[in-house]
Amino acid sequence: MKTTITVNGESRALDVDPRTTLLDALRETLHLTGTKKGCDHGQCGACTVLVNGTRINSCLSLAVMHDGDAVTTIEGVGTVEKLAPIQQAFLTEDAFQCGYCTPGQICSALGMLQEVADNWPSQETEDLMGSIRLTDDELRERMSGNICRCSAYPQIVAAIRAVSGRPA
Amino acid sequence: MSSVSDWEATSNPVKENRAGNIGKAVDRYEGPLKVTGTAPYAYEVEPPSPPAYGVLLSASIAHGRISNVDTAAAEASPGVHLVWTYKNVPAQGPRPARYDFFTPSPRPALESERVHFFGQQVAIVVADTLENAQAAAALVKLSFETEPQSVIFHDHFDEAVQPPGESDTEIGDFEAAFAAAPVKIDDNWRTPLQNHCQMEPCATTAWWEGEQLTVHTSVQMVRFAQSSLAETLMIPHKSVRLLTRYVGGGFGGKGSFYEDLVLASLAARELGRPVKVAFSRQQMMHGTVHRPATEVRVRLGATAEGKLTAMSLMTTTHCDRRGNFTEHASNFARSLYAAPNRLTGHQLVRLDLPVASAMRAPGEASGTLSLEVAMDELAEKLGMDPVELRILNEPPTDPETGKPFSIRQLVRCMREGAQLFGWDRRNPKPGQVRQGRWLIGFGMAAAIRGNFLLPAKCSFTVDAEGVITVKQGMTDIGTGTYTVLAQIAAETLGVPLGDVRVEIGDSELPPAPGSGGQFGAATAGSAALDAGMNLRKAIAEIAVADLASPLFGGPSEDITFQDGVIAISNRSERLSDLIRRNRPEGLTAEGEIRPAADAGKWSSHTYGAHYVEVAVDTVTGEVRTRRMLGVFAAGRILNWKTARSQLTGGMIWGVGSALTEGNSVDPHYGSLINQDLAGYLVPVQADIGEIEAIMLDEVDDKANPMGIKGVGELGISGAGAAVANAIYNACGARVRDYPITPDKLLAALEAL
Repeated sequence: MKTTITVNGESRALDVDPRTTLLDALRETLHLTGTKKGCDHGQCGACTVLVNGTRINSCLSLAVMHDGDAVTTIEGVGTVEKLAPIQQAFLTEDAFQCGYCTPGQICSALGMLQEVADNWPSQETEDLMGSIRLTDDELRERMSGNICRCSAYPQIVAAIRAVSGRPA
Repeated sequence: MSSVSDWEATSNPVKENRAGNIGKAVDRYEGPLKVTGTAPYAYEVEPPSPPAYGVLLSASIAHGRISNVDTAAAEASPGVHLVWTYKNVPAQGPRPARYDFFTPSPRPALESERVHFFGQQVAIVVADTLENAQAAAALVKLSFETEPQSVIFHDHFDEAVQPPGESDTEIGDFEAAFAAAPVKIDDNWRTPLQNHCQMEPCATTAWWEGEQLTVHTSVQMVRFAQSSLAETLMIPHKSVRLLTRYVGGGFGGKGSFYEDLVLASLAARELGRPVKVAFSRQQMMHGTVHRPATEVRVRLGATAEGKLTAMSLMTTTHCDRRGNFTEHASNFARSLYAAPNRLTGHQLVRLDLPVASAMRAPGEASGTLSLEVAMDELAEKLGMDPVELRILNEPPTDPETGKPFSIRQLVRCMREGAQLFGWDRRNPKPGQVRQGRWLIGFGMAAAIRGNFLLPAKCSFTVDAEGVITVKQGMTDIGTGTYTVLAQIAAETLGVPLGDVRVEIGDSELPPAPGSGGQFGAATAGSAALDAGMNLRKAIAEIAVADLASPLFGGPSEDITFQDGVIAISNRSERLSDLIRRNRPEGLTAEGEIRPAADAGKWSSHTYGAHYVEVAVDTVTGEVRTRRMLGVFAAGRILNWKTARSQLTGGMIWGVGSALTEGNSVDPHYGSLINQDLAGYLVPVQADIGEIEAIMLDEVDDKANPMGIKGVGELGISGAGAAVANAIYNACGARVRDYPITPDKLLAALEAL
């Protein structure tokens, strides 16, 4: 099926099998392999990308559902020559080991920070009326959809902190 | 062959660390690629032409045979290139009667109608697209005939036998001493099957150019997989080039290799085009390997003052019928505490379950969950502090062999940890610290994990730009290998870290055993140091013989290497200038490491102490780990940053083993009931509170020429026991059947 998706700011005309997930379209059709397949079931978060600024598991979504959408993958966040601040923070804080969950963690963190800025509550949010303070508990709750089996969790908290600033 | 005394007596650039590269908190060498998603893992490598896609099918019985195969509909499905079962898979080398994980041997895929475990791969469909392959796979009709199966570990204890070639070790007279001891502990601890859950499923991209096969795959052991694949395909070893440059987690589960590698290779040959095959997450659970369940009986006998007089750990565990893996959960206890009368051993039950093998800290990870809790129970019985009980039973030499320790700072780990953690604030009486509906408790445990060194080779090349390239058939599975090899190279050759390139994960490079058993850094690094020293010698010889060099005439033994400059006193030139004049094509030296002939004279381990604060919800039974501190002694640390990450990662695995991780076996199907990441609960971000790992200054000059040891498996050893002990201190309930889930904890609380 003909589908046009804006990927990392570039309009991409695709002719994809209607069964193709957004994840497989990115990886196999567009050769953007930074987005990872960890479980193909929406359980691990390795495939997290931003769709119109919101984080989703790209394995749980068909490519043809995204006609006209703007998708940001890890390749659109920064490059080796010009790392985005969050990528530099992951490097500096050693917020990964094997690296396989890392693109998903980074995309998820970007989406999460926007959700906090937009005052979306979480289970950890105590005051639903005020503006959200990104406490460590808030941060950990909101990043729990991204599994890191190497368990770089404390380093991931530190990396996200480095770009978000300490809570007031 | 080198000896330990040579290692101790000989200085080298790593020990001297003049430029300060060793120990430094250097960012990961390959980090920029990983944070940008541009490090190609096995399934992501671009083959020379568009690939076909393979999808595997797995058996749905635990024991029996494939009784009927109907692939007609699948073969007729759009885009399908081939469908293979045991009936038509190409011939492969025969599987040895008993395979092991270190000797290369054929591992034929789809080899017969026999089904040995649920989830065994029984068919593959290869099609032009992943979607067509998946759709066609659903059309393959396989019928199975079941045969009687044994899948529930605890139902088959009466079939347990001693593993081949093993015997119990007894020192003194354990039974008599235990009977006579005034204070005793005698309990059983159970640990379940556990799964590695690497984030990257096993995957292979394979292609042929004539008779030459290239495979990119995800394994921990390069040469083992490459040789075994060649033998499986019945082709010369040199016809296979195996690459594994980025591995998305291993933890022991990729120590071997699986059907993705064999079948991608065979299908690529058959079709004359590249083929990619990956395991699904569910196939990872069944079709790779797991840590088998254990039941460990711990008996401790002590005097009223707390001196251990008798100690026994007897482990019963299981493996598959064709394997020979034993989870040696008793072994670590042989070196941990003094007790004149000792008995340790293992019993093995063979079951119709998936293949058992090594998972992070095999032996220690399971075994410490029993002994280190038993010590806590003994301390309570004696009215002693658990730290003081352990210190009282600290052995002067290895308690089983009498060998001297290479170095042992366990007591220092425990003392410094206690102070940093605020252990003195612990109320030894359980259930006393309440915050609303939460009960708060502190727990501690000792950590021990063996230290190993294996043979390895390495090469170093310096080019006309003065850049050093390290080449080794080693892997980095998240362990930091790329980075520490670069640090060793920079320090040894006196060049900036930015002037080092590291090439690993390729069977055409000098062989190293790979990653496992926390032997990687010591093994690969020691070979690298030797290659570096040989390159220094080669450079020096050229310099003193080169009329154009200010260093001409030598003496070559006085040459220093610093900041890319070679010098003898005030005569100097840039290393790149020397090489450009004399070896514009580059200069290469090789090096190797072998275990020292007399290494067996010492008892060599890594040590640590864990301190944990937990909160237990008295209403729901939920356990939260609020604070964790580990203090570790593991030789010289090559990279403070990556070592710390390995240690905190291991500690978090300890939390998983204590609280959430375990595969339940279905008694009817012999399957693992929780076969994905929604059912098998690895720790997530919200499960982990404050956590810190501290590394003591240490040099173990008897371990290897660098005085380093491994840290990858030390962090998990004992961590789960500290969590369990903290739960007891919080609420007074002991659960000896891991994981300590809310249902078990609530039942234990009600029984109090």
